[in-house]
Amino acid sequence: MARYFTDEHEWIDVDGDTATVGITDYAQGQLGDIVFVELPDVGSVIEKGKDAAVVESVKAASDVYAPISGEIMETNDALEDDPALVNTAPEEGGWFFKMTIGDKSQFDGLMDQAAYKSFCDGL
Amino acid sequence: MSDDTDDTIAEIETLPLDAWHRRKGARMVPFAGYHMPIQYEGIVTEHGWTRTQAGLFDVSHMGQLMVTGETAAAELEKLLPGAIASLKPGKVRYSLLLDDQGGILDDLMVTNATPWIEGDEEAGTEGKWGEPAYYLVVNGAMKWDDIAHLREHLDDDVTLTHMDEHALIALQGPNAATALNRVMRNVIDDMVFMESVCHDFGEWPLRITRSGYTGEDGFEISVPAEFAESFADRLCAEIEVRPIGLGARDSLRLEAGLPLYGHDITTETDPVSADLGFALTKRRREEGGWMGHEPVMKAFTEGPAQKRVGLAIDGRMPAREGALIYSGDTQVGRITSGGFSPTLERPIAMGYVDTALAAEGTELEVEVRKKRLPATVASLPFVPHRYHRGK
Repeated sequence: MARYFTDEHEWIDVDGDTATVGITDYAQGQLGDIVFVELPDVGSVIEKGKDAAVVESVKAASDVYAPISGEIMETNDALEDDPALVNTAPEEGGWFFKMTIGDKSQFDGLMDQAAYKSFCDGL
Repeated sequence: MSDDTDDTIAEIETLPLDAWHRRKGARMVPFAGYHMPIQYEGIVTEHGWTRTQAGLFDVSHMGQLMVTGETAAAELEKLLPGAIASLKPGKVRYSLLLDDQGGILDDLMVTNATPWIEGDEEAGTEGKWGEPAYYLVVNGAMKWDDIAHLREHLDDDVTLTHMDEHALIALQGPNAATALNRVMRNVIDDMVFMESVCHDFGEWPLRITRSGYTGEDGFEISVPAEFAESFADRLCAEIEVRPIGLGARDSLRLEAGLPLYGHDITTETDPVSADLGFALTKRRREEGGWMGHEPVMKAFTEGPAQKRVGLAIDGRMPAREGALIYSGDTQVGRITSGGFSPTLERPIAMGYVDTALAAEGTELEVEVRKKRLPATVASLPFVPHRYHRGK
Protein backbone atom coordinates (compact mmCIF):
# COMPACT_ATOMS: atom_id res chain seq x y z
CA MET A 1 0.00 0.00 0.00
CA ALA A 2 1.38 3.39 -0.97
CA ARG A 3 0.67 6.68 0.77
CA TYR A 4 0.71 10.03 -1.01
CA PHE A 5 0.27 13.60 0.18
CA THR A 6 -1.06 16.80 -1.38
CA ASP A 7 0.18 20.32 -0.83
CA GLU A 8 -3.28 21.04 0.64
CA HIS A 9 -2.43 18.61 3.48
CA GLU A 10 -4.57 15.63 2.53
CA TRP A 11 -3.14 12.11 2.68
CA ILE A 12 -4.26 9.30 0.38
CA ASP A 13 -3.63 5.58 0.85
CA VAL A 14 -3.78 3.49 -2.30
CA ASP A 15 -4.75 -0.16 -1.99
CA GLY A 16 -5.52 -1.80 -5.33
CA ASP A 17 -8.41 0.13 -6.89
CA THR A 18 -9.43 1.84 -3.64
CA ALA A 19 -8.09 5.00 -2.02
CA THR A 20 -8.60 6.15 1.58
CA VAL A 21 -8.40 9.89 2.23
CA GLY A 22 -7.85 11.99 5.34
CA ILE A 23 -6.03 15.11 6.50
CA THR A 24 -2.52 15.10 7.86
CA ASP A 25 -1.28 15.52 11.39
CA TYR A 26 0.15 18.88 10.33
CA ALA A 27 -3.32 19.94 9.10
CA GLN A 28 -5.14 18.94 12.27
CA GLY A 29 -2.54 20.80 14.31
CA GLN A 30 -3.19 23.94 12.29
CA LEU A 31 -6.97 23.60 12.57
CA GLY A 32 -7.09 22.95 16.30
CA ASP A 33 -10.02 21.29 18.08
CA ILE A 34 -12.27 19.70 15.47
CA VAL A 35 -15.93 19.63 16.43
CA PHE A 36 -17.65 18.50 13.24
CA VAL A 37 -16.78 16.89 9.90
CA GLU A 38 -19.14 17.10 6.95
CA LEU A 39 -18.52 14.12 4.69
CA PRO A 40 -19.59 13.59 1.06
CA ASP A 41 -22.53 11.32 0.21
CA VAL A 42 -21.70 7.72 -0.62
CA GLY A 43 -22.14 7.26 -4.36
CA SER A 44 -21.30 10.84 -5.24
CA VAL A 45 -18.61 11.45 -7.83
CA ILE A 46 -15.99 14.02 -6.96
CA GLU A 47 -13.35 15.64 -9.05
CA LYS A 48 -9.70 16.09 -8.23
CA GLY A 49 -9.10 19.46 -6.55
CA LYS A 50 -12.79 20.11 -5.78
CA ASP A 51 -14.42 20.36 -2.33
CA ALA A 52 -14.97 16.90 -0.89
CA ALA A 53 -15.53 17.53 2.83
CA VAL A 54 -15.64 20.32 5.40
CA VAL A 55 -13.81 20.29 8.73
CA GLU A 56 -15.22 22.54 11.41
CA SER A 57 -12.96 23.55 14.27
CA VAL A 58 -14.20 25.63 17.20
CA LYS A 59 -12.97 28.66 15.30
CA ALA A 60 -13.71 28.13 11.60
CA ALA A 61 -14.80 25.87 8.75
CA SER A 62 -12.15 24.62 6.29
CA ASP A 63 -12.62 22.83 2.99
CA VAL A 64 -10.97 19.51 2.28
CA TYR A 65 -10.27 18.88 -1.41
CA ALA A 66 -10.37 15.61 -3.30
CA PRO A 67 -6.77 14.52 -4.03
CA ILE A 68 -7.96 12.47 -7.05
CA SER A 69 -11.18 12.01 -9.00
CA GLY A 70 -13.48 9.09 -8.26
CA GLU A 71 -16.66 7.83 -6.65
CA ILE A 72 -17.21 7.87 -2.89
CA MET A 73 -17.58 4.28 -1.69
CA GLU A 74 -17.66 4.68 2.08
CA THR A 75 -17.39 7.43 4.69
CA ASN A 76 -16.06 7.17 8.23
CA ASP A 77 -19.16 6.94 10.48
CA ALA A 78 -16.97 7.14 13.59
CA LEU A 79 -16.40 10.85 12.88
CA GLU A 80 -20.09 11.53 13.42
CA ASP A 81 -19.92 10.60 17.10
CA ASP A 82 -16.32 11.60 17.66
CA PRO A 83 -15.02 14.28 15.28
CA ALA A 84 -12.04 14.73 17.62
CA LEU A 85 -10.66 11.49 16.12
CA VAL A 86 -9.26 13.77 13.43
CA ASN A 87 -7.16 15.41 16.16
CA THR A 88 -6.18 12.25 18.01
CA ALA A 89 -5.63 9.88 15.06
CA PRO A 90 -5.56 12.00 11.89
CA GLU A 91 -3.67 9.52 9.75
CA GLU A 92 -5.38 6.35 11.02
CA GLY A 93 -8.82 6.15 12.70
CA GLY A 94 -9.66 9.72 11.68
CA TRP A 95 -9.84 8.95 7.95
CA PHE A 96 -12.61 10.71 6.00
CA PHE A 97 -13.70 8.59 3.05
CA LYS A 98 -12.82 5.75 0.69
CA MET A 99 -13.11 6.27 -3.05
CA THR A 100 -12.57 4.48 -6.34
CA ILE A 101 -9.46 5.22 -8.34
CA GLY A 102 -9.98 6.00 -12.00
CA ASP A 103 -6.82 7.11 -13.68
CA LYS A 104 -3.66 6.17 -11.78
CA SER A 105 -1.70 8.89 -13.53
CA GLN A 106 -3.46 11.25 -11.11
CA PHE A 107 -0.87 10.26 -8.51
CA ASP A 108 1.79 12.02 -10.55
CA GLY A 109 2.54 15.26 -8.80
CA LEU A 110 1.50 14.04 -5.34
CA MET A 111 4.22 13.80 -2.69
CA ASP A 112 5.57 10.79 -0.84
CA GLN A 113 6.18 10.88 2.95
CA ALA A 114 9.70 12.30 2.69
CA ALA A 115 8.73 14.98 0.17
CA TYR A 116 5.72 15.99 2.27
CA LYS A 117 7.83 16.24 5.39
CA SER A 118 10.29 18.59 3.74
CA PHE A 119 7.32 20.54 2.27
CA CYS A 120 5.92 21.06 5.80
CA ASP A 121 9.35 21.92 7.21
CA GLY A 122 9.53 24.72 4.64
CA LEU A 123 6.18 26.26 5.69
CA MET B 1 -7.25 21.76 2.98
CA SER B 2 -7.42 25.49 2.59
CA ASP B 3 -5.15 27.74 4.57
CA ASP B 4 -4.88 31.45 5.11
CA THR B 5 -1.73 33.29 4.26
CA ASP B 6 -1.37 36.89 5.25
CA ASP B 7 0.83 38.86 2.91
CA THR B 8 0.44 42.20 4.69
CA ILE B 9 2.77 41.14 7.48
CA ALA B 10 5.07 44.12 7.01
CA GLU B 11 2.37 46.51 8.21
CA ILE B 12 1.68 44.58 11.37
CA GLU B 13 2.94 45.97 14.65
CA THR B 14 4.32 44.31 17.74
CA LEU B 15 2.72 44.61 21.17
CA PRO B 16 4.61 44.66 24.50
CA LEU B 17 3.95 40.97 25.29
CA ASP B 18 4.77 39.65 21.79
CA ALA B 19 8.02 37.90 22.73
CA TRP B 20 6.45 36.67 25.98
CA HIS B 21 3.64 34.91 24.05
CA ARG B 22 6.11 33.29 21.67
CA ARG B 23 8.20 32.01 24.56
CA LYS B 24 5.04 30.50 26.04
CA GLY B 25 4.39 28.63 22.77
CA ALA B 26 1.51 30.73 21.45
CA ARG B 27 0.46 30.54 17.83
CA MET B 28 0.49 34.16 16.67
CA VAL B 29 -1.88 35.56 14.04
CA PRO B 30 -2.43 39.04 12.60
CA PHE B 31 -5.43 40.70 14.27
CA ALA B 32 -6.45 44.38 14.43
CA GLY B 33 -3.06 45.41 13.05
CA TYR B 34 -0.97 43.43 15.52
CA HIS B 35 0.41 39.95 16.02
CA MET B 36 -1.84 38.37 18.63
CA PRO B 37 -1.83 34.95 20.31
CA ILE B 38 -4.71 32.89 18.92
CA GLN B 39 -4.04 29.85 21.08
CA TYR B 40 -1.51 28.07 23.27
CA GLU B 41 -2.68 24.53 24.11
CA GLY B 42 -5.91 24.53 22.11
CA ILE B 43 -9.12 26.52 22.25
CA VAL B 44 -11.25 23.91 24.05
CA THR B 45 -8.67 23.35 26.81
CA GLU B 46 -8.09 27.08 27.27
CA HIS B 47 -11.82 27.77 27.26
CA GLY B 48 -12.38 25.15 29.95
CA TRP B 49 -9.48 26.46 32.02
CA THR B 50 -10.98 29.96 32.02
CA ARG B 51 -14.41 28.64 33.04
CA THR B 52 -12.92 26.68 35.97
CA GLN B 53 -9.68 28.48 36.96
CA ALA B 54 -8.27 31.80 35.72
CA GLY B 55 -7.15 32.74 32.21
CA LEU B 56 -4.69 35.52 31.42
CA PHE B 57 -5.57 37.31 28.18
CA ASP B 58 -3.42 39.93 26.50
CA VAL B 59 -5.83 42.55 25.19
CA SER B 60 -3.19 45.22 24.64
CA HIS B 61 -4.46 45.77 21.08
CA MET B 62 -7.46 47.55 22.59
CA GLY B 63 -7.31 51.32 22.81
CA GLN B 64 -6.84 52.89 26.22
CA LEU B 65 -7.76 56.56 26.24
CA MET B 66 -7.95 59.21 28.95
CA VAL B 67 -10.25 62.20 28.61
CA THR B 68 -9.53 64.93 31.16
CA GLY B 69 -10.82 68.41 31.90
CA GLU B 70 -13.45 70.19 34.02
CA THR B 71 -16.10 69.66 31.29
CA ALA B 72 -15.04 66.10 30.38
CA ALA B 73 -18.31 64.46 31.48
CA ALA B 74 -20.50 66.94 29.63
CA GLU B 75 -18.35 66.68 26.52
CA LEU B 76 -18.50 62.85 26.56
CA GLU B 77 -22.26 63.00 26.99
CA LYS B 78 -22.44 64.74 23.60
CA LEU B 79 -21.10 61.55 21.99
CA LEU B 80 -22.16 58.72 24.33
CA PRO B 81 -25.81 57.94 25.12
CA GLY B 82 -24.95 56.69 28.62
CA ALA B 83 -25.03 58.65 31.88
CA ILE B 84 -21.45 59.80 32.33
CA ALA B 85 -22.13 62.83 34.56
CA SER B 86 -23.69 60.63 37.26
CA LEU B 87 -20.90 58.07 37.14
CA LYS B 88 -19.11 58.22 40.49
CA PRO B 89 -15.32 58.09 40.74
CA GLY B 90 -14.14 54.48 40.53
CA LYS B 91 -17.29 53.29 38.78
CA VAL B 92 -17.37 51.77 35.29
CA ARG B 93 -20.12 51.81 32.67
CA TYR B 94 -20.60 50.11 29.31
CA SER B 95 -21.43 52.62 26.59
CA LEU B 96 -21.50 53.20 22.85
CA LEU B 97 -20.17 55.67 20.34
CA LEU B 98 -22.95 56.43 17.85
CA ASP B 99 -23.03 58.18 14.50
CA ASP B 100 -25.71 60.74 13.64
CA GLN B 101 -27.93 57.96 12.23
CA GLY B 102 -27.81 56.06 15.54
CA GLY B 103 -25.47 53.44 14.04
CA ILE B 104 -22.87 52.02 16.41
CA LEU B 105 -19.33 53.29 15.74
CA ASP B 106 -17.90 51.29 18.63
CA ASP B 107 -18.73 49.94 22.06
CA LEU B 108 -16.55 50.83 24.99
CA MET B 109 -16.06 50.88 28.75
CA VAL B 110 -16.00 54.23 30.52
CA THR B 111 -14.47 54.59 33.99
CA ASN B 112 -14.64 57.72 36.09
CA ALA B 113 -10.91 57.89 36.79
CA THR B 114 -10.95 61.23 38.62
CA PRO B 115 -8.07 61.07 41.12
CA TRP B 116 -8.44 61.68 44.86
CA ILE B 117 -5.73 64.00 46.11
CA GLU B 118 -4.79 63.28 49.71
CA GLY B 119 -4.73 66.18 52.12
CA ASP B 120 -1.72 67.11 54.20
CA GLU B 121 -2.49 67.07 57.91
CA GLU B 122 0.58 69.06 58.87
CA ALA B 123 -0.15 71.73 56.31
CA GLY B 124 -3.81 71.68 57.35
CA THR B 125 -5.13 70.91 53.86
CA GLU B 126 -8.04 68.52 53.26
CA GLY B 127 -8.22 65.86 50.61
CA LYS B 128 -10.13 66.67 47.43
CA TRP B 129 -11.02 65.34 43.99
CA GLY B 130 -8.59 66.29 41.25
CA GLU B 131 -9.38 67.26 37.67
CA PRO B 132 -12.18 65.09 36.23
CA ALA B 133 -10.76 62.22 34.20
CA TYR B 134 -12.46 59.44 32.24
CA TYR B 135 -10.65 56.28 31.22
CA LEU B 136 -12.02 54.70 28.03
CA VAL B 137 -11.27 51.23 26.69
CA VAL B 138 -12.24 50.86 23.03
CA ASN B 139 -11.94 48.08 20.46
CA GLY B 140 -8.51 47.58 18.90
CA ALA B 141 -9.69 47.61 15.30
CA MET B 142 -11.67 50.81 15.89
CA LYS B 143 -9.34 52.82 18.11
CA TRP B 144 -7.85 55.07 15.42
CA ASP B 145 -11.32 55.94 14.10
CA ASP B 146 -12.55 56.49 17.67
CA ILE B 147 -9.65 58.81 18.46
CA ALA B 148 -10.32 60.84 15.29
CA HIS B 149 -14.05 60.99 16.11
CA LEU B 150 -13.41 62.10 19.69
CA ARG B 151 -10.83 64.71 18.67
CA GLU B 152 -13.23 66.07 16.08
CA HIS B 153 -16.18 66.44 18.43
CA LEU B 154 -14.74 67.04 21.90
CA ASP B 155 -14.24 70.65 22.90
CA ASP B 156 -10.66 71.94 23.01
CA ASP B 157 -11.00 72.43 26.77
CA VAL B 158 -10.73 68.69 27.33
CA THR B 159 -7.60 66.67 26.66
CA LEU B 160 -7.60 63.28 24.98
CA THR B 161 -4.57 61.10 25.69
CA HIS B 162 -3.92 57.80 23.92
CA MET B 163 -2.26 55.61 26.57
CA ASP B 164 -0.31 53.66 23.97
CA GLU B 165 2.54 53.06 26.42
CA HIS B 166 0.27 50.73 28.39
CA ALA B 167 -0.48 47.05 27.98
CA LEU B 168 -3.87 45.67 29.01
CA ILE B 169 -4.10 42.28 30.68
CA ALA B 170 -7.40 40.57 31.45
CA LEU B 171 -7.54 37.94 34.17
CA GLN B 172 -10.81 36.04 33.88
CA GLY B 173 -12.38 33.09 35.64
CA PRO B 174 -13.78 31.94 39.00
CA ASN B 175 -10.28 31.88 40.57
CA ALA B 176 -9.14 35.20 39.11
CA ALA B 177 -9.87 37.08 42.36
CA THR B 178 -8.05 34.47 44.47
CA ALA B 179 -4.94 34.70 42.30
CA LEU B 180 -4.96 38.48 41.98
CA ASN B 181 -5.58 38.96 45.70
CA ARG B 182 -2.50 36.87 46.43
CA VAL B 183 -0.38 38.90 44.00
CA MET B 184 -1.80 42.29 45.06
CA ARG B 185 -1.89 41.58 48.81
CA ASN B 186 -5.69 41.64 49.06
CA VAL B 187 -6.20 45.17 47.73
CA ILE B 188 -8.95 44.00 45.39
CA ASP B 189 -10.94 42.28 48.14
CA ASP B 190 -13.72 44.85 48.34
CA MET B 191 -14.16 45.51 44.62
CA VAL B 192 -17.35 44.50 42.88
CA PHE B 193 -18.21 44.14 39.18
CA MET B 194 -17.77 47.42 37.28
CA GLU B 195 -15.49 49.09 39.81
CA SER B 196 -12.01 50.36 39.11
CA VAL B 197 -9.08 51.28 41.36
CA CYS B 198 -5.47 52.38 40.98
CA HIS B 199 -2.78 50.59 42.95
CA ASP B 200 0.97 50.56 42.81
CA PHE B 201 2.68 47.22 42.34
CA GLY B 202 6.21 47.90 43.48
CA GLU B 203 7.11 51.11 41.70
CA TRP B 204 4.54 50.58 38.94
CA PRO B 205 1.05 52.09 38.94
CA LEU B 206 -1.71 49.71 37.84
CA ARG B 207 -5.34 50.43 37.03
CA ILE B 208 -7.43 47.42 38.02
CA THR B 209 -11.02 47.18 36.82
CA ARG B 210 -13.36 44.35 37.83
CA SER B 211 -14.79 43.61 34.39
CA GLY B 212 -14.08 41.54 31.31
CA TYR B 213 -15.67 39.94 28.31
CA THR B 214 -15.95 36.27 29.14
CA GLY B 215 -19.01 36.27 31.43
CA GLU B 216 -16.80 35.20 34.33
CA ASP B 217 -15.71 37.22 37.33
CA GLY B 218 -12.46 38.89 36.45
CA PHE B 219 -10.28 41.92 36.05
CA GLU B 220 -8.74 44.08 33.36
CA ILE B 221 -5.43 45.53 34.41
CA SER B 222 -3.71 48.41 32.67
CA VAL B 223 0.05 48.04 33.01
CA PRO B 224 2.91 50.29 31.85
CA ALA B 225 4.33 48.52 28.77
CA GLU B 226 7.86 48.10 30.15
CA PHE B 227 6.43 46.25 33.16
CA ALA B 228 3.96 44.06 31.23
CA GLU B 229 6.22 41.01 30.93
CA SER B 230 7.20 40.87 34.56
CA PHE B 231 3.60 41.41 35.66
CA ALA B 232 2.32 38.67 33.30
CA ASP B 233 5.03 36.35 34.68
CA ARG B 234 4.03 37.23 38.24
CA LEU B 235 0.37 36.36 37.53
CA CYS B 236 1.27 33.15 35.68
CA ALA B 237 3.35 32.05 38.68
CA GLU B 238 0.02 31.53 40.47
CA ILE B 239 -1.25 27.97 40.17
CA GLU B 240 -4.71 29.10 38.98
CA VAL B 241 -3.41 31.20 36.06
CA ARG B 242 -2.54 30.17 32.52
CA PRO B 243 -2.20 32.31 29.39
CA ILE B 244 -5.21 32.02 27.06
CA GLY B 245 -5.47 32.99 23.39
CA LEU B 246 -7.97 35.06 21.46
CA GLY B 247 -9.66 31.92 20.10
CA ALA B 248 -11.02 31.01 23.53
CA ARG B 249 -11.80 34.65 24.27
CA ASP B 250 -14.17 34.57 21.29
CA SER B 251 -15.89 31.30 22.26
CA LEU B 252 -16.23 32.53 25.87
CA ARG B 253 -17.79 35.86 24.89
CA LEU B 254 -20.19 34.09 22.48
CA GLU B 255 -21.36 31.78 25.29
CA ALA B 256 -21.73 34.90 27.46
CA GLY B 257 -24.01 36.42 24.78
CA LEU B 258 -21.83 39.52 24.50
CA PRO B 259 -21.80 41.32 21.15
CA LEU B 260 -18.55 41.61 19.18
CA TYR B 261 -17.95 44.89 17.41
CA GLY B 262 -17.69 44.59 13.62
CA HIS B 263 -19.82 41.45 13.74
CA ASP B 264 -22.85 41.62 16.06
CA ILE B 265 -22.83 45.40 16.18
CA THR B 266 -21.76 47.77 13.40
CA THR B 267 -22.78 51.14 11.99
CA GLU B 268 -25.69 49.21 10.38
CA THR B 269 -27.10 48.31 13.80
CA ASP B 270 -28.54 50.64 16.42
CA PRO B 271 -28.54 50.15 20.22
CA VAL B 272 -32.22 49.17 20.35
CA SER B 273 -32.11 46.43 17.71
CA ALA B 274 -28.79 45.26 19.22
CA ASP B 275 -30.62 44.78 22.55
CA LEU B 276 -28.26 47.24 24.22
CA GLY B 277 -31.06 49.51 25.46
CA PHE B 278 -29.60 49.22 28.99
CA ALA B 279 -26.78 51.49 27.81
CA LEU B 280 -29.34 54.31 27.39
CA THR B 281 -30.37 55.62 30.80
CA LYS B 282 -33.80 57.18 31.31
CA ARG B 283 -32.43 60.70 31.83
CA ARG B 284 -30.30 60.57 28.71
CA ARG B 285 -33.15 59.16 26.63
CA GLU B 286 -35.44 61.98 27.74
CA GLU B 287 -32.92 64.82 27.65
CA GLY B 288 -31.20 63.84 24.43
CA GLY B 289 -28.28 66.03 23.43
CA TRP B 290 -26.20 63.11 22.11
CA MET B 291 -25.28 62.13 18.60
CA GLY B 292 -27.86 59.80 17.10
CA HIS B 293 -30.53 60.60 19.70
CA GLU B 294 -33.39 61.14 17.27
CA PRO B 295 -33.09 57.95 15.18
CA VAL B 296 -32.36 55.85 18.27
CA MET B 297 -35.44 57.21 20.06
CA LYS B 298 -37.52 56.45 16.98
CA ALA B 299 -36.39 52.81 17.16
CA PHE B 300 -36.98 52.89 20.92
CA THR B 301 -40.54 54.24 20.62
CA GLU B 302 -41.68 52.37 17.53
CA GLY B 303 -39.75 49.20 18.25
CA PRO B 304 -36.94 47.99 16.00
CA ALA B 305 -37.58 46.08 12.77
CA GLN B 306 -35.07 43.42 13.79
CA LYS B 307 -33.56 42.30 17.09
CA ARG B 308 -30.38 40.58 18.14
CA VAL B 309 -31.16 37.13 19.53
CA GLY B 310 -29.41 33.96 20.60
CA LEU B 311 -29.91 30.79 18.56
CA ALA B 312 -29.49 27.22 19.76
CA ILE B 313 -28.80 25.05 16.71
CA ASP B 314 -29.69 21.38 16.46
CA GLY B 315 -27.00 18.81 15.72
CA ARG B 316 -23.25 19.43 15.78
CA MET B 317 -22.69 21.46 12.62
CA PRO B 318 -21.87 25.07 13.57
CA ALA B 319 -23.60 27.95 11.77
CA ARG B 320 -21.25 30.88 11.44
CA GLU B 321 -21.35 34.57 10.62
CA GLY B 322 -23.23 35.26 7.40
CA ALA B 323 -25.50 32.19 7.54
CA LEU B 324 -29.07 33.14 6.62
CA ILE B 325 -31.98 32.55 9.00
CA TYR B 326 -35.33 31.32 7.68
CA SER B 327 -38.88 30.98 8.90
CA GLY B 328 -40.41 28.56 6.43
CA ASP B 329 -39.37 29.82 2.99
CA THR B 330 -38.90 33.41 4.09
CA GLN B 331 -35.51 34.77 4.98
CA VAL B 332 -35.97 36.55 8.30
CA GLY B 333 -32.43 37.30 9.40
CA ARG B 334 -28.72 36.59 9.39
CA ILE B 335 -26.21 35.16 11.84
CA THR B 336 -23.63 37.71 13.01
CA SER B 337 -21.46 35.37 15.09
CA GLY B 338 -21.65 31.66 15.61
CA GLY B 339 -19.56 28.70 16.53
CA PHE B 340 -19.31 25.66 18.70
CA SER B 341 -19.82 26.08 22.44
CA PRO B 342 -17.14 24.10 24.29
CA THR B 343 -19.13 24.38 27.55
CA LEU B 344 -22.47 23.21 26.11
CA GLU B 345 -20.86 20.97 23.44
CA ARG B 346 -23.23 22.12 20.74
CA PRO B 347 -23.43 24.94 18.17
CA ILE B 348 -24.64 28.36 19.29
CA ALA B 349 -25.00 31.64 17.45
CA MET B 350 -26.19 35.20 17.66
CA GLY B 351 -27.94 37.04 14.88
CA TYR B 352 -30.67 39.45 13.91
CA VAL B 353 -34.22 38.32 13.15
CA ASP B 354 -37.47 40.15 12.45
CA THR B 355 -38.82 41.40 15.78
CA ALA B 356 -42.01 39.33 15.49
CA LEU B 357 -39.82 36.20 15.55
CA ALA B 358 -37.47 37.27 18.34
CA ALA B 359 -39.35 35.64 21.24
CA GLU B 360 -37.52 32.89 23.12
CA GLY B 361 -38.58 29.46 21.87
CA THR B 362 -39.40 30.58 18.32
CA GLU B 363 -38.47 27.81 15.93
CA LEU B 364 -36.49 28.88 12.88
CA GLU B 365 -33.96 27.39 10.48
CA VAL B 366 -30.46 28.42 9.48
CA GLU B 367 -28.86 27.59 6.16
CA VAL B 368 -25.33 26.19 6.16
CA ARG B 369 -23.82 25.02 2.87
CA LYS B 370 -27.33 24.68 1.36
CA LYS B 371 -28.56 22.56 4.27
CA ARG B 372 -31.30 23.77 6.58
CA LEU B 373 -30.61 23.24 10.27
CA PRO B 374 -33.37 23.62 12.90
CA ALA B 375 -32.64 26.50 15.30
CA THR B 376 -34.51 27.84 18.31
CA VAL B 377 -34.40 31.39 19.65
CA ALA B 378 -32.63 31.07 23.01
CA SER B 379 -32.26 33.44 25.93
CA LEU B 380 -28.87 35.10 26.32
CA PRO B 381 -26.42 34.42 27.83
CA PHE B 382 -26.03 30.78 26.81
CA VAL B 383 -23.81 30.22 29.85
CA PRO B 384 -24.82 32.21 32.98
CA HIS B 385 -22.71 35.22 33.92
CA ARG B 386 -20.80 34.92 37.17
CA TYR B 387 -19.88 38.54 37.79
CA HIS B 388 -18.99 39.44 41.38
CA ARG B 389 -21.75 41.82 42.41
CA GLY B 390 -20.95 41.76 46.14
CA LYS B 391 -22.39 39.88 49.09
